[in-house]
Amino acid sequence: MLIYLARRILAVVPVLFGVTLAVFSMLFLVPGDPVKMMLAEFVTSPDQIAQMRAQLHLDEPLPQQYGRFVANALRGDLGTSIRSRRLVATEIAENVGNTAQLALASMAVAVAIGVPLGLLAALFRNTWLDVGSMVVALLGVSMPSFWLGLLLIFVFSLHLAWFPATGGGDLLHLVLPSLTLGTIASAIIARLTRSSMLEVLGQDYVRTARAKGLAWWGVVVRHALKNALIPVITIFGLQFGNLLAGAVIVETVFSRPGLGRLIVGGILAKDFPLVQGTVLFIAAFYVMINVLVDVAYAFVDPRIRVG
Amino acid sequence: MAEGPNLARRLVRHRGAVAGLAILSALGLLALGAPWLSPRDPIKTSPRTALQAPGSGYLLGSDQFGRDVASRVLHGARISLVVGLISVSIAVGIGAPIGLVSGYYGSRLDAVLMRVIDVLLAFPGILLALAIVSVLTPGLGNVMIAVGLAAVPTYARLVRASVLSAREQVYVEAARAIGGRDRTILTRYILPNVVAPLIVTATLGLGTAILSAAALSFLGLGSQPPTAEWGRMLAEGRDYLREAWWISTFPGLGIMLTVLAMNLLGDGLRDLLDPRLKV
Repeated sequence: MLIYLARRILAVVPVLFGVTLAVFSMLFLVPGDPVKMMLAEFVTSPDQIAQMRAQLHLDEPLPQQYGRFVANALRGDLGTSIRSRRLVATEIAENVGNTAQLALASMAVAVAIGVPLGLLAALFRNTWLDVGSMVVALLGVSMPSFWLGLLLIFVFSLHLAWFPATGGGDLLHLVLPSLTLGTIASAIIARLTRSSMLEVLGQDYVRTARAKGLAWWGVVVRHALKNALIPVITIFGLQFGNLLAGAVIVETVFSRPGLGRLIVGGILAKDFPLVQGTVLFIAAFYVMINVLVDVAYAFVDPRIRVG
Repeated sequence: MAEGPNLARRLVRHRGAVAGLAILSALGLLALGAPWLSPRDPIKTSPRTALQAPGSGYLLGSDQFGRDVASRVLHGARISLVVGLISVSIAVGIGAPIGLVSGYYGSRLDAVLMRVIDVLLAFPGILLALAIVSVLTPGLGNVMIAVGLAAVPTYARLVRASVLSAREQVYVEAARAIGGRDRTILTRYILPNVVAPLIVTATLGLGTAILSAAALSFLGLGSQPPTAEWGRMLAEGRDYLREAWWISTFPGLGIMLTVLAMNLLGDGLRDLLDPRLKV
């Protein structure tokens, strides 16, 4: 187990290294002069451009710039936003809570809808319950989150006035965004739960448990579901990443503060340090989450550690 | 893939695939005929007839600039289908060769290519496309490039996995034993094994690409006004949700229907072409 852990964690280092390299090169892949582009809206003198260049260390050789970028990132320094003139790390710190809250709440919604839906579909295979659940899941994977968000705003805030349409802060503001994101993620979880459950239900040990006279529900919950959820756990990592990315869109729909709004605002304002820092943060976080999921998976399923 | 007619027959019996195909054909026809079917010019404004409810005058209503929503939705179908096709072509065109080479030659080259793919996969969901658009500057063309490039890892990995399993087959060994060249072996014996999963994934990928592209446009990073693009239309209708629900509802319905059709067809093709992939 320890060897597995060590190997898994070591494997992350080159990936993170690559991620920093990719994010670092963003600035150099911009067609034209990034500094002029960033300052396009201001009246600038050549002096100011040179000053900006120096401030971003763009006058140094590339390897040195990259070294500085990594060293700073390791110390938590992601540079300074061009628009707000504040530290990118500060901007992220102020917004990460909102996004994490949204992602976690959405995950809860996704599991609460997805697992029962998939379970029902598997247990009542080929009945209208199965077909119905899978049609719902299919609609879920096909629906644009921003559209679902607008529909929910239309029904639950404009008509019923149950929840606020936009903004962030208290729990009431969290309901519609997490419902939007969670419903869409639940579709994938429902499909996965169904197929995984069907596979487990066909296993010998389930038949044995039934044959020795155990109650059907007992077998389903204690023997089948427990094993069927193992692959569902692995997709959590992936899903969590998708939720973080999906938050980018949903935050815009609901005008909710968070990392997504930070990135989109940054892109529209050509605030490259802000975009780079936030993208780097999310990617690094996502990589870490995946390691955690892998490790959790190895705990749940001993077969993994050997392989 | 030699089972052409047989496959067609089985496809026709697959209810989901037929439904998907039917919706797609209808959408394709509507998209092709958009210039002739549209009741009005999709970008011509007429402030005096702004925010008309759906009805006899405007079939699906008019937006805040008095533009005909029905005509805009029809033209939007064109854009979404083209954007989806081009994005997926970019993704397959770059991803498949990478996977092919990486899986077939293996060793160092494989290790390097897969590390690069691993790095790209570290950017979840739409984040990679966002990062690419931010570098390329917003616009519909760049959205296609960004969505396409962001999907490259998916195809590279898929093709590599198919190649790896095909490479071990006895007939490939036999072909090598009788002195077949790499090129021949790759195209004649390995490629056919890759095609089935690739078709399935690309069909499903069309739906994903259309969703991502519409999302980027919704965020204001894709198509620019006054283009009649579905994602953009949703964003423009957002502020008029209370007075005119139809501005954003119909384009959203369009996106969902298109993606749904791709998913139905993709799932159907997967059932028929590659039962092993069944999720």
